[in-house]
Amino acid sequence: MNIIVCLKQVPDTESRIKVAADKKSIVTDDLKWVMNPYDEFGVEEALRLKEKFGGEVTVVGVGPKRVTEAIRTALAMGADKGILVNDEAIAGSDSLAVARILASVIKNLDFDLIFTGQRGVDDDLGVVGAAVAEFLGIPQVSLAVKVEVVEDAKSVRVHRPVEGCTLVLEAELPALITAQKGLNEPRYASLPGIMKAKKKPLEEKNLADLGLDAETAGEGARKLKVLELTPPPERAPGRIIEGESAREKAAELARLLHEEAKVI
Amino acid sequence: MAQGVWTIAEQRDGEFRKITFEVVSEGRRLADALGVELTAIVLGAGMKDKAAVLAQYGADRVIVADDPRLETYTTDAYTSVLSQILSAAEQGVVLMGASVQGKDLAGRLSARLEAGMAQDCTAFSIEDGEFVAVRPIYAGKAYVKLGFPAGGFRIATARPNVMSIAELDAGRSCEVVDAEFKLDDAELKTRVVEVLADESGKIDLTEADKIVSGGRGMKGPENYAILEELAALIGAAVGASRSAVDAGWRPHADQVGQTGKVVSPNLYIACGISGAIQHLAGMGTSKYIVAINKDPDAPIFQRADYGVVADLFDVVPALTEEVKKIL
Repeated sequence: MNIIVCLKQVPDTESRIKVAADKKSIVTDDLKWVMNPYDEFGVEEALRLKEKFGGEVTVVGVGPKRVTEAIRTALAMGADKGILVNDEAIAGSDSLAVARILASVIKNLDFDLIFTGQRGVDDDLGVVGAAVAEFLGIPQVSLAVKVEVVEDAKSVRVHRPVEGCTLVLEAELPALITAQKGLNEPRYASLPGIMKAKKKPLEEKNLADLGLDAETAGEGARKLKVLELTPPPERAPGRIIEGESAREKAAELARLLHEEAKVI
Repeated sequence: MAQGVWTIAEQRDGEFRKITFEVVSEGRRLADALGVELTAIVLGAGMKDKAAVLAQYGADRVIVADDPRLETYTTDAYTSVLSQILSAAEQGVVLMGASVQGKDLAGRLSARLEAGMAQDCTAFSIEDGEFVAVRPIYAGKAYVKLGFPAGGFRIATARPNVMSIAELDAGRSCEVVDAEFKLDDAELKTRVVEVLADESGKIDLTEADKIVSGGRGMKGPENYAILEELAALIGAAVGASRSAVDAGWRPHADQVGQTGKVVSPNLYIACGISGAIQHLAGMGTSKYIVAINKDPDAPIFQRADYGVVADLFDVVPALTEEVKKIL
């Protein structure tokens, strides 16, 4: 069973996000970049399926050279090879352009399953997985918390939580699955794993290698235009509820929620 | 921008979900601002009689796609049918809810139609005749205002609990028409084989009007009983911080924050939650935030409308008693 995992590199979730002076982007100077947390679940699930069924796990990333670190992390966890698409023309691309690049890489590979994170924790759009599946003409199942490959390896059963219940879906292979928290506990890269990763193949491609025009990517190809970036709206300062005892404070809080906020 | 506004209704088990009314109401406001028609599209099985109610929320026209294969949502079937219905127009604003279903559908549909898509938006407007969407990024650590320069369809999903529902106009009605579409079984590569019910009566965090949430200060899974009791009393869902989930005290589905659920209830009561930046990001758009924590320096107090500096194990049971007196 050959599996592809698409990787994105994002600012660590503990990062403070500052809007840059141009009001169109964020300040990236002090950011710590990590593998998108949801992609880690995808890598882990791919490795578990490989351990069970054999085959290869290939990780694919799109972006500048620093994305190599995220790919190396996946290789250190146990993935077999990596591909980075790095091209100046890619900067500023939107999700559909990135998905088209990923699909162009993947269509030349032999695969049964593709994993992506359910969303990047930067843009929070959750489009790339769906769009890669669309461009490859394969089914998608999003928000997987459990994945079982059916014995004949022709289909996959996926548990997908929706509001109030969990749907069990069956999809024909090849398929794309987006990983949700709860799918598994990603392993840490071991020291021998990190050493081995340095020798694993990591191929770099540009848009021309994929037969894509520079115009299909970058700022110019965006379907959405950033008009302005702002910090979150300020909240009016709140108040600390005074009182002699916890009970007194609780009584005052209950009164305020009932009479002032009118939410109880 | 001569075009219509299209809203995609969401139903489950033959009943419209609340988000449907939020989206149709918002669609009406936008259609008025643009001076265009509002169409509501309903996909399901046997929904035609129920679909007329959408006129009362502002729809000028309702299109119903009726097929047993549309009874339960699947990406394949819904994307296929919707793209066929929308192909009657060349452009327009397409709105749906940022529910699990809406987010999945909007992603695939945007790729099929090669259209820009703004997910989980908290505000829409028309500026100089153009549709503009505002949405949180980095789980709410920043907000971005987006335009759609490419033209064509402009797809957006609305965060649940944010857009207000219009007052029902019982006298309003409109035509309800059958959609023309073809659905080939060969296109349908996914199917729902089972539906596993969650604990009965549990309210989903993203849809909850009130949330009582517990963090590391809860000290252990057994202590969530006091939150459950308060939550049951006020009709709230129970959430948790990442540290509580990572400790195995609460299920993953209960996590609020940047790598969990992003929520927007009317009331969010944070108990024993210090307020890590990734948690604040996930609940910052709540209307009223209450923080109960014995550490007066906890960052959560910076965001709280009402802060109580005291031991949550004293405050929460007392609060439950006081609320009982009021209700």
